[in-house]
Amino acid sequence: MRIALMGQPNSGKSTIFNHVAGYKAVTSNFPGKTVEYTLTKFNLFGQTVELVDLPGTYSLTSFDLAELEARKYLLKGNVDVIINVMDASLLSRSLELTLQLLELKLPMVICLNMIDEAERKGIKIDIEKLSKILGVPVVPAIALKGKGVKELFSVAYKTGEEKRIGKTLNFSKNVEEVIEQLSTQIKKKEIAQEFNVPIRFLALKYLENDSYFIKNFKNTEKNIFNKINYFQNLLREVHGRPPDVVISSERHHLSMNIYESIVSLTRPHTSLIDYLDNILMHPIFGYVFLAFILYLFFNLVFTVGKMVEEHLLDYFYRIIPLIERSIDSETLLFSVISGIIQGLAGGIAIVLPYLFPFLFGLAILEDLGYLPRIAFLLDVFLHKIGLHGKAIIPFMLGYGCTVPAIMATRILESERDRFITSVLATMIPCAARMTIIFALVAFYINPQAALAIYILNIIVVIISGKILSRLLPEVTPGMILEIPTYHIPSLKVVLAKTWLRMKEFIFVAWPLLIAGSTILSLLQYYKADTFINNFFSPLTTLLGLPLLVGTTLIFGILRKELSMLMLIQAIGTSNIATVMSVTQIMTFTIFIIFYIPCVATIAVLWREIGTKRTLFTISFTFVIAIVLATITRFIY
Amino acid sequence: MNITLDLIKEGQKVKVIDIYGGWGIRQRLGCLGIHPGDMITVKKSAIMRGPILISIHGNQVALGRGVARKVLVEVAG
Repeated sequence: MRIALMGQPNSGKSTIFNHVAGYKAVTSNFPGKTVEYTLTKFNLFGQTVELVDLPGTYSLTSFDLAELEARKYLLKGNVDVIINVMDASLLSRSLELTLQLLELKLPMVICLNMIDEAERKGIKIDIEKLSKILGVPVVPAIALKGKGVKELFSVAYKTGEEKRIGKTLNFSKNVEEVIEQLSTQIKKKEIAQEFNVPIRFLALKYLENDSYFIKNFKNTEKNIFNKINYFQNLLREVHGRPPDVVISSERHHLSMNIYESIVSLTRPHTSLIDYLDNILMHPIFGYVFLAFILYLFFNLVFTVGKMVEEHLLDYFYRIIPLIERSIDSETLLFSVISGIIQGLAGGIAIVLPYLFPFLFGLAILEDLGYLPRIAFLLDVFLHKIGLHGKAIIPFMLGYGCTVPAIMATRILESERDRFITSVLATMIPCAARMTIIFALVAFYINPQAALAIYILNIIVVIISGKILSRLLPEVTPGMILEIPTYHIPSLKVVLAKTWLRMKEFIFVAWPLLIAGSTILSLLQYYKADTFINNFFSPLTTLLGLPLLVGTTLIFGILRKELSMLMLIQAIGTSNIATVMSVTQIMTFTIFIIFYIPCVATIAVLWREIGTKRTLFTISFTFVIAIVLATITRFIY
Repeated sequence: MNITLDLIKEGQKVKVIDIYGGWGIRQRLGCLGIHPGDMITVKKSAIMRGPILISIHGNQVALGRGVARKVLVEVAG
């Protein structure tokens, strides 16, 4: 059996999914974090059940790529039962999607999630009545605490077995007449079978002018499209509004009627958290707090990271001489062993101490629901570079890792915005590059210099944004973004998320790191590194860097943090200050931050924006890196 | 008196009369519960012609200034 989690953004689908799958799908408190579907298999009543977590979608008329993905998946027709996750505190709005899902005539169960939040808002729901009106089972739940999840799946299983389909609710009479007449016309053709959807659903989509269903048939089925036009005009004339508004208003009224018949309102309980927006979204203090929060975050990462790095590095300093005593340092064996140890040390002592507090802090900000607030505050500034507020979400995620940041551009409506945001997101220093900034610049120069790099980075992003939006002049569609209620982050979820993201480093980057440092040891042993370094000498000379930096740049394309760790190994000491000057450290870091995105990023760029634009991004960032690093060399 | 939503002051409650703009914007706003006839409260208005924050059916939505300009509203009372 295959069960699909469907529902509006931020209703808790991924949270339910993770109860079954373990923490596999990233959850956060902002609409649209799931942009791809995730699958898991689990055992239910002795049967293997496949559960799919679909991206949130406001309606079945889809706009952005993530929503489209959810709809496409449902229409593929191999879902046995839908779990429609509704945010109980946003009941009336969620009902509108529910009505559309009912039109698909698939077995469905409703999960009334965040029932506690609804009660806090003073919304009491008659669950039985709702189930009766819609003809589908309704299960209340608090997914964050795992309440009701078990029952939900057993009800879903039963519904899937019985193939129980809900009711189709009727709109007002004259609209129904139009739907019926159009349905009769569609029935004559085989369009509905081709899309694998019920005829009524298709008729509604045509009246709503949904381009997805129209595109391919417009030319081949001229006859029927003339009829569609006729009925659209009929609705327009009778109601004095565009036909899509007529249909969505019908759904809206129906939802409001259902809402009013099943909800009894009591006084909401206000808590301190409701007043948080008074300061965090304040026209002036909002910005002060934003700066303060980010500064605090920066300091936390640095303080924790530095403390741990110093201790661990001391410890590793002592190991190598110990080995030197028992194995001759001129042998191949020594080269290999010291390579492995340096790879290990780099991961434990240099990368992890910064990575953990950073990802932990980011997870807290995400789960609290602060990211959409940042989008609100910075919308004005993003308009100056031709984007709008929502683009801040990919950017913020970019400080964690560029790959999910580029994926997150799917929440943007226009292709141009997605492209510009993707290019800019590759320049945001991800956690890997953050470790370089902290472990090299903040550690060996000073924290202010590290902060300066971040500020310089933002300036470069702004200027690049301006250039790109000049090249692609088009008006951004403007921000429409839901600002969710704050949630107090759960420590368990925050840790699980941090771990999920650290796993990427531990299981992918670290082995690569150890392999890389072993290879470098071998290269050095056989003196092959000289060849590579000579090849890169024009570049390293231009930037005024030591020749041996050349090899490390190749590793940096694999993983950004590799270039730093390889640097440490190449110069043969973890005390970089003895070999490189302050200027060289700064130049190296700035070059590494901007030059060519890592392999994983290139792969995802390729998929999301295509070959030509990926090549453009690579050359664009490379030029910026060279220019900036050369300037740094001479002025810092 | 009918004016566009971007001109409404913080704290004012208004009724949506019409939504200008194309299919996309109508549908998107509709999805968030903003249709002709709905009541909106303006909660925050960012500086420098930034976005506005509205409350609709118990939910908060941020609208860019350009989007808000496309929503025609009537000031209640």
